[in-house]
Amino acid sequence: MEFVTDLDTSGPPDSILPTTPKIITEGLNVFYGDNQALISVNLNINENEVTALIGPSGCGKSTYLRCLNRMNDDIEICRVDGRILLDGEDIYGRQLDPVQLRARVGMVFQKPNPFPKSIFDNVAYGPKIHGLVRHKADLEEIVMNSLERAGLANEVRDRLHEPGTSLSGGQQQRLCIARAIAVQPEVILMDEPCSALDPIATAKIEELIDELRQNYTIIIVTHSMQQAARVSQRTAFFHLGEIVEIGETAQIFTNPRDERTQGYITGRFG
Amino acid sequence: MSNDHIVKSYDEELGRLNDLLARMGGIAEKQLADAVQAVFKRDVELAANTVASDQQIDALEHQIDAFVVQLLALRQPIADDLREVIAALKIASHLERVGDYAANIAKRVPALCQLPVVKSVHVIPRMGGLAQSMISSVLDAYADRDAHKAIEVRNADEQVDEMYTSVFRELLTYMMEDPRDITACTHLLFAAKNIERIGDHATNIAEYVYFLVHGTALTDERPKGDTSPSLVSSPAPSGPIPDAP
Amino acid sequence: MNNDQPAISIADTVAKGLRRRRAAEIRLRIYGIAAISFVLMALVVLLGSIVSKGISAFQQTHIAVLVNFDREKIDPAGSGKIEDLRRGDYDGIARNSMRAAFPGVSGRRNRRALGKMISSGAGDQLREMVMANPNLIGTRQRVWLLASDEIDMLNKGYARRKPDGSATKVSRRQVAWYDALVVKGAVERHLNWRFLTGGDSREPEQAGVWAAVVGSALTMIITLMLAFPLGVAAAIYLQEFAPKNRWTDIIEVNINNLAAVPSIVFGLLGLTVILGFFGLPRSTPLVGGIVLALMTLPTVIIASRAALMSVPPSIREAARGLGASSSQVVFHHVLPLAMPGIMTGTIIGMARALGETAPLLMIGMVAFIVDVPSKFEDAATVLPVQIYLWADSPERGFVEKTAAATMILLVFLLAMNAAAILLRKKFERKW
Repeated sequence: MEFVTDLDTSGPPDSILPTTPKIITEGLNVFYGDNQALISVNLNINENEVTALIGPSGCGKSTYLRCLNRMNDDIEICRVDGRILLDGEDIYGRQLDPVQLRARVGMVFQKPNPFPKSIFDNVAYGPKIHGLVRHKADLEEIVMNSLERAGLANEVRDRLHEPGTSLSGGQQQRLCIARAIAVQPEVILMDEPCSALDPIATAKIEELIDELRQNYTIIIVTHSMQQAARVSQRTAFFHLGEIVEIGETAQIFTNPRDERTQGYITGRFG
Repeated sequence: MSNDHIVKSYDEELGRLNDLLARMGGIAEKQLADAVQAVFKRDVELAANTVASDQQIDALEHQIDAFVVQLLALRQPIADDLREVIAALKIASHLERVGDYAANIAKRVPALCQLPVVKSVHVIPRMGGLAQSMISSVLDAYADRDAHKAIEVRNADEQVDEMYTSVFRELLTYMMEDPRDITACTHLLFAAKNIERIGDHATNIAEYVYFLVHGTALTDERPKGDTSPSLVSSPAPSGPIPDAP
Repeated sequence: MNNDQPAISIADTVAKGLRRRRAAEIRLRIYGIAAISFVLMALVVLLGSIVSKGISAFQQTHIAVLVNFDREKIDPAGSGKIEDLRRGDYDGIARNSMRAAFPGVSGRRNRRALGKMISSGAGDQLREMVMANPNLIGTRQRVWLLASDEIDMLNKGYARRKPDGSATKVSRRQVAWYDALVVKGAVERHLNWRFLTGGDSREPEQAGVWAAVVGSALTMIITLMLAFPLGVAAAIYLQEFAPKNRWTDIIEVNINNLAAVPSIVFGLLGLTVILGFFGLPRSTPLVGGIVLALMTLPTVIIASRAALMSVPPSIREAARGLGASSSQVVFHHVLPLAMPGIMTGTIIGMARALGETAPLLMIGMVAFIVDVPSKFEDAATVLPVQIYLWADSPERGFVEKTAAATMILLVFLLAMNAAAILLRKKFERKW
């Protein structure tokens, strides 16, 4: 995280915070046909931080996540207005192609979904389609590097040409993470990445998220309060399409400011 | 806390924690009252009962500790639930200390009874009454989740401290006047000190009640009325200190 | 539950109904097994009747005679040129050989009856021998000549012998000669190569199925080459790219309707549009293939769409999330995963097309074709049409040919399915 040094000491203390956020969301409204899924959402995501999105089912947190790499584009009845700026560039702008955006904003899904190809091909796929490598050796290096960073290298080193689907659930999910980081994105979106995993596999993924934070900006949707508390630095609570509260994770989980947040995280939703 | 938890047994368990703490508070409050009475009335039997009831408080504290551990492990409380459980744990340990001090006071009664009555014994019920009302108020504040009342309790500690300073001064004077009363006065001084400590614990409890309600600690400096540490035994001699030979 | 009555435990209530439920289950299983047994029996009867009728067609009766390859008859000019050899009177040689075998026979009627015992193709048989080996000229050889259809039937026991010594379609004298030949050991059944390698003929003993097999193969190649790419392309567009609106709904409904259109209608379409409007040559595998492709197309589209639809959306999402474009998602992931299903659908469609007769009748593939086709524009017939033609012929000899052709059609079908299964296995092994 870069801090501005040599501050003008007369300035307000807020300006000591990191420079501009990685992602700025301004007045985001999303409609599915006649239903409004998100209502004027404003949310800033800081670089190299894990931001957790929590909230009851249907609150719009996944919808928001899918706006960040324009996965909603493929739903015909979905309409988006408002602005989402990635490094100051409007991701819904004309100049930015969704394909280009998705190379910068990777995604890991709820259910581990490796391609029915070999482990190697799974990881190599992204760099291949984006033309990131010229030589086979470079590709191998990227693949091994990504597997290494996903903490999977030692487990699969000798079986790179076995199908990705032959791995266990947790390994598959780490393979999916390796696949996402092979493209060298700036932001990784995770949509309930551990909901299908056992506690050990979950812990491994959480540890991985913590390590990846140093190089990536991570946004994670989760239904597990404990997980949000464990992995994130900031937490946003969505309810009925609105952001009710956003704050430091420690604050949200010890002393939420909003009744609804409190009710949700303590299990008192009426 | 407008509505209940979806899991009803969670609510029941939190309710049980509150009940345990209320019972403990009640016993501690009565213990303090009895101890003060025993000193004032020179009632050895009451004093013995008071000392004995300390075991009850200890047992309750253990029970609360175990229960809190269980709640933390099984329910993983967060936000206000977490604060509630943590506050209960801390308040219980403070109440246990209150009980200890009360027992400590009561333990001096048999000794005091063998000594002649000192005039200054009336300070004990006065101080004790104040401390008792603090305990009682803070328990009410806890039961009602009333931060305002908790702040009042915290501020009342100043009076106890001031009263302790004056008792300290008074007992010092008696001891200087009549060295035969030194034993009794020392006992009373310790009793007074214990009551002052009970006031401190009540203050701490008040602070936890505030934390419980608002989620933040009370940060501003607490008024302190206890100036006894800086007191000297007698007014300084008017004359110049004699030079060493 | 009413407290006044003794409470019957739920377990008891359940236990009471248990027997009834078990019995129902067993009954259901029995029904299922019965249904399968019935189907299997029908299949066995069908196959059994076809095989028992058709198996004899793979052998043909031959008569051994001493043939005098008379130079006078073969090459009266004595030029020795191949073209002249081809024009020799081989039919006469064959007839003479028969007469030589029965020297006592006299009178034109008897001689003609004697000549009728060998096939009209016996002369061709001798011609081919000479063409292959001109040194035979002037020699005498014992040759197995193809017997006529009537003798073949008599030999295979299909022609019933009558009390007066004659048999169905065979006169008394012919039966006597035949019996004499049998005694001499001059009647044998040989493997019927002509049936497996030759074209159609008016004479059952000379009829072959190969022209129809090749015609079917050529037609299927055209059908596959048209229906598979068109069908898959249409399915991919409809399933993956087309917007969901009223127009695509209408198209979808129409494709489904098209699959149910009677095949004769496609034949009419072929007749009026492909032959009439575009003027393509009639009776050819090219036109037959186009017509059958049109007929197969809806089946391929529907099956392909179902296969595409069954690819889990999570795979699409994974690929899109990595930044794959829509076409990359389809061609890198969805299509390979759907391929086995698409191929199954295509094979089902092709199998239906292979057995189709009606639309081909409309475009003239019912013509009598003797030559084996070698190009897509050659006049040809196909197996089911050949079967239909033979089944319609009055000669007794065509009955076994019909059944044998049916067997060949089934083998063709099995070969196609086996090829599809092998291909599918190969596709699946890729990942």
